[in-house]
Amino acid sequence: MSLLEARGLSKRFGGLSAVAGLDLAVAPGEMLGLIGPNGAGKTTVFNLLSGFLTPDAGDIRLGGRSIVGRSPHAICRLGLARTFQIVRPFPRMTVLENVRVGALARHPRASDALARARDVVARVGLAARERVVAGALTLAERKRLELARALATEPALLLLDEVMAGLNPTEIETIIRLIRGIHESGVSILLIEHNMRAVMALSQRIVVLSFGERIAEGAPTDIASHPKVVEAYLGEEYVRAAPA
Amino acid sequence: MKWALAGALVALVALPAVLSSYALTLFILIFFYGFLGQAWNIVGGYAGQLSAGHAAFVGVGGYTAAVLSIELELTPWIGMLVGGVLAALLGAIIGYLGFRFGLRGFYFVLLTVAFAEICRIAVSNIDALGGPLGLYITFTGNPRQFQFQDGRAYYYIALALMLVATLVAWAIERRRFGIYLAAIREDEAAAEALGVNAFKYKMLAMIVSSFLTGLGGTFYAFYLFSLQPNTLFGIPLSVEIIIRPIVGGAGTLLGPILGSFILTPLAEVSRLYLGQGGLHGAHLIAYGVLLIGVVLFLPEGAYPRLRRALARPTRAER
Amino acid sequence: MDLTLVLQGVLSGLLFGGVYSLMAVGLTLIFGVMRVVNFAHGDMMVWGMYLAYMLATRAGIDPYVSFVGCAAALFGLGVLVQRGLVDRIISAPHEMQILLMLGVALVLENLALVAFGPEPTRVRSPLAAAAVWLGPVFVDVARLVTFVVAVALTLALWVFLYKTDLGRTIRAAADNTYGALVIGTDVRRVYAVAFGVGAACVGAAGALVSPILPFQPPTGLSLSVASFNIVIIGGMGSLLGAFVGGLLVSLAESLGAVFLKPSLKELFSFSLLIVILLFRPAGLFGRRAS
Repeated sequence: MSLLEARGLSKRFGGLSAVAGLDLAVAPGEMLGLIGPNGAGKTTVFNLLSGFLTPDAGDIRLGGRSIVGRSPHAICRLGLARTFQIVRPFPRMTVLENVRVGALARHPRASDALARARDVVARVGLAARERVVAGALTLAERKRLELARALATEPALLLLDEVMAGLNPTEIETIIRLIRGIHESGVSILLIEHNMRAVMALSQRIVVLSFGERIAEGAPTDIASHPKVVEAYLGEEYVRAAPA
Repeated sequence: MKWALAGALVALVALPAVLSSYALTLFILIFFYGFLGQAWNIVGGYAGQLSAGHAAFVGVGGYTAAVLSIELELTPWIGMLVGGVLAALLGAIIGYLGFRFGLRGFYFVLLTVAFAEICRIAVSNIDALGGPLGLYITFTGNPRQFQFQDGRAYYYIALALMLVATLVAWAIERRRFGIYLAAIREDEAAAEALGVNAFKYKMLAMIVSSFLTGLGGTFYAFYLFSLQPNTLFGIPLSVEIIIRPIVGGAGTLLGPILGSFILTPLAEVSRLYLGQGGLHGAHLIAYGVLLIGVVLFLPEGAYPRLRRALARPTRAER
Repeated sequence: MDLTLVLQGVLSGLLFGGVYSLMAVGLTLIFGVMRVVNFAHGDMMVWGMYLAYMLATRAGIDPYVSFVGCAAALFGLGVLVQRGLVDRIISAPHEMQILLMLGVALVLENLALVAFGPEPTRVRSPLAAAAVWLGPVFVDVARLVTFVVAVALTLALWVFLYKTDLGRTIRAAADNTYGALVIGTDVRRVYAVAFGVGAACVGAAGALVSPILPFQPPTGLSLSVASFNIVIIGGMGSLLGAFVGGLLVSLAESLGAVFLKPSLKELFSFSLLIVILLFRPAGLFGRRAS
């Protein structure tokens, strides 16, 4: 049984169809990459999965249970956590306090949550910045904080939205290692990424979205040369030029 | 720090022995407004939901206890609790409407003001509640009827109320409830993504806050021996309630208390020297100027600035 | 139910609506450009009224003439408030703006209380006594003139915003502050002018209404509430919405006064506000304010 299964997912905004009849599944323990040109609807999919948007049609099942229409906090409790494309730290709280908010989801006692938060903070490599107020962190640190916060809720499935955007190559390497570590510890991951190297390196399977529809799916190597994918990213003229 | 507070508490308990009756009254007001401010602080400071209509809860609490005492001869000690519950009910209604319908910031402020004004006008037009002239409580000096010959009794009750509210705020602050409120205040959507049921916690904060404020209504009514809708439900009272925590530091434990210690004497002095004739609005001008000053120069309030100046606080280790 | 009364109510409501429209247009302009809610709007209007009162009693100038001066004076006040106060917290969290404007409202209202006392006043104008019969209903000449001037001012404002360079700059800054900055707009000046114009609107409105509405310092709150009602119905930031909304709300209040006890008129306004808050945050015309 899939950990997450979306069937016939659709969402319109006014006259625009952002997501159209999408089927998506994440197997337990899988790391699935979700790619597609800008405007393909990837973040909309995340918003639908995490309960920030309600689909116009379709079903979403987490661990076999339907989560359509549930609020974001309930979905988080059920084991699905997400990060935001533009990071949203709690600006006036410290790193530790930020992560504690996430930890409280599973450890209602404030002292327990704090201890757990400390562990997670160390795990993402921010232990030295524990007491720093989130507003004072660098972008790379904020990304790691966002990751730590979501991780602290002990999710079964983690949705990562363009975690690498804005990072330099060294920072990207660090985050790739971090994500891999998280995956290896048993957390399933669905990641949206524009950085092709990272997606290819991390994902076991990739789904390609274009104009709200799935146009390709498969192993990273297959996707790279898939004609529909080339067409979506580069345009029709390049399809003929791509190696078969 | 803890020792300083304990010492201050002991001093406050011992104080009535040396105070003149005027000074006693002043302290009663400091404690009472500190209590109301702390109650407001729970929803306005910690939860970050600016309510400018908290006087509605004072009015509901006060009128309930007064009417129950006058009509049913129910002791105000119980009437106080009934008043608190009714105030909490009103708070739940306002909270439900505001939070379910997604009213934030300026819209929520308007909602609270509208409810308070509706209560005020409604009560003014109900003759059974005394209409615009209000209700009067006959003096009996009977403690069972929440009346005391000795001013010191009011002093200790007001002090106790302030301490209770502060204890409630303290209990909230250090637990998940308070941490979640802080997260909601910082970024509600991000909090939701981390499993925080924002609606539930905002509602809880609103209910606790309005309940406590309702208790204060009974004290107010029986301390002054009279209730008028314009006084008990009016905007000037709402301003008095919010100005102390805002100046002292909204969302901090000692902010409302510090604010009351700073502003109450100020208000009384200005009332004394300028209060003759039509100048009784003068202290409200001072409030307005202070509000502007705080926003521009001291947005966190006096207490956090003071704390930073005095010590190096350790964070996240409460 | 007396039909004449209803008709009279409709007519009075519509005529008074001109003032409401002008008032609301000022508020929506300030919000549209700066995303600041002017809680002191009604109190500024009351100052417009008191200014007209002073000019009438001290200098014998009729409010239907002095409204120009009142508008100018309030323009100055608006610029002062914007430059001195609002500008400093333009990027601060919204709660700060709300508290700031609440503070300004407190200061203005209580300054008026201290300066003029709590008793209601009205300005005497020769027009106020005159009335013209239009069939079964009579038209208060003062109200008619007020209506005409208010509408004329609103039209003038529309012309300013849509036909002049400065006006276009203001609208551009309202639509896209960042873009306006990029093309070199002096955004601070635009903000100051916008706030000033918004305040000038209520300065004029206050003067125009001073002969027909008795006022006292607390009137500021009711006027602010009416402004919010209108602007929320019509859509925050929409000029047309404010204009139409002004007529509608004035009509509703006027009819409310026909059917309800006068003391309940305010109750009706506040209840209307709650209903509007719950069900129309996007307004009839405008964009949704976040």
